[in-house]
Amino acid sequence: MKPAEFYQRDRLWQPPALTPDYKTSVARSPRLAMLSLQGSLSDITGPTFGHSDIDPIDNDLIKNYAKTGDPVGERIIVHGRVLDENGRGVPNTLVEIWQANAGGRYRHKKDSYLAPVDPNFGGCGRTLTDDQGYYFFRTIKPGAYPWRNWVNNWRPAHIHVSVFGTAFAQRLITQMYFEGDPLIAKCPIVATIPDPRAIDQLIAPLDMNAAIPLDCLAYKFDIVLRGRRSTLFENRLEGN
Amino acid sequence: MAQPLNYLKESASQTAGPYVHIGLAPGAAGFDIYRQELGQVIAGPETPGERIRVEGMVLDGTGAPVKDVLLEVWQADAAGIYPHSEDPRAAEVAPGFRGWGRVITDFDTGLWGFDTIKPGVVMGRNGRPMAPHVTLWIVARGINIGLNTRMYFEDEDNSADPVLNLVEQAPRRDTLLARRVKPGLYRFDIRLQGDGETVFMDI
Repeated sequence: MKPAEFYQRDRLWQPPALTPDYKTSVARSPRLAMLSLQGSLSDITGPTFGHSDIDPIDNDLIKNYAKTGDPVGERIIVHGRVLDENGRGVPNTLVEIWQANAGGRYRHKKDSYLAPVDPNFGGCGRTLTDDQGYYFFRTIKPGAYPWRNWVNNWRPAHIHVSVFGTAFAQRLITQMYFEGDPLIAKCPIVATIPDPRAIDQLIAPLDMNAAIPLDCLAYKFDIVLRGRRSTLFENRLEGN
Repeated sequence: MAQPLNYLKESASQTAGPYVHIGLAPGAAGFDIYRQELGQVIAGPETPGERIRVEGMVLDGTGAPVKDVLLEVWQADAAGIYPHSEDPRAAEVAPGFRGWGRVITDFDTGLWGFDTIKPGVVMGRNGRPMAPHVTLWIVARGINIGLNTRMYFEDEDNSADPVLNLVEQAPRRDTLLARRVKPGLYRFDIRLQGDGETVFMDI
């Protein structure tokens, strides 16, 4: 069997473009319908990365910006697998993350929140999945932070996650939330997702089995990318 | 009741937010952390092809430039070959050609730009060639799921392109054409909403 098209993205599961409670989406959402394309070579290919692109320390946010010591905060491992909708691991794909520090402050010239930056914490990491699709990071748990949407909006603790997959059609950016955080239910960005099951899928459970005693806790976060059909019949993708 | 279908569901997208640079372009966020940032060279100095620069802005529904956008570029080489195992001609891809780039806007002006080579014709579905194009993926604060579009070139023959011809309203096809400003320089503005709204694609 030859691989064929990717499963169509479920637009009733994914957040729509216009979600007025998340105010910035109002002027940044297209008003006209998208043009639906059957996958062509331009969509089913995408960039590939190798170990020469990154360094081994890039997945350790406790050490990759340490200047005078370790960053302050709750030490955690974030780990899981990148899977496709068929449940197969996606090997050798680039996973990039970014986050605020323990106090909810980002190391970004545009962030002016009064909580201080941590001199030993940068807030970004990257890694390649192994041949089973597995990845891990070590970091500190980010804090909640306020943002200008409604007057008293606070983002739940979250880690931004970017994944490539094997094709440009699988490109995805999402956010990982933490089990039990009461701010999740109050967040207009979380609420852009229409289906509560899709929200649950972004909440990482505490994973005591992966915690390292007397060192750090762990959260498990699996990421699912679009699956791909195996054609039982003639593959007409290129018409040859 | 029928048997359950045991497919997983794709993880839901969330906005990249205003601080996307921390993760994907930390130098722009204001700090130096990685040995090399990814996506800065689409075509190396040894890659053959016509050298071009593309510049543009992303405009919101009020006509204001979006100054915290991040774009990713994906394209074939001058012979129309992608550096990817799914391309049947991948073994012949041009030397030094990566095909992928990551671009951010200037925080003050909203202008972005990238240097590359002009892509060649790529074979589309059912043996129908596609006119030279660059695939773009756009994320930013306020964009809940990355927007896909394509950039074609106004100085190429686009009349038989199978994707452009799917756009029902012919005037909208122009929103996908980069304008030739002068030799080697193209301008491509993306309008997220309203007058002249760019065609976005569900790929």
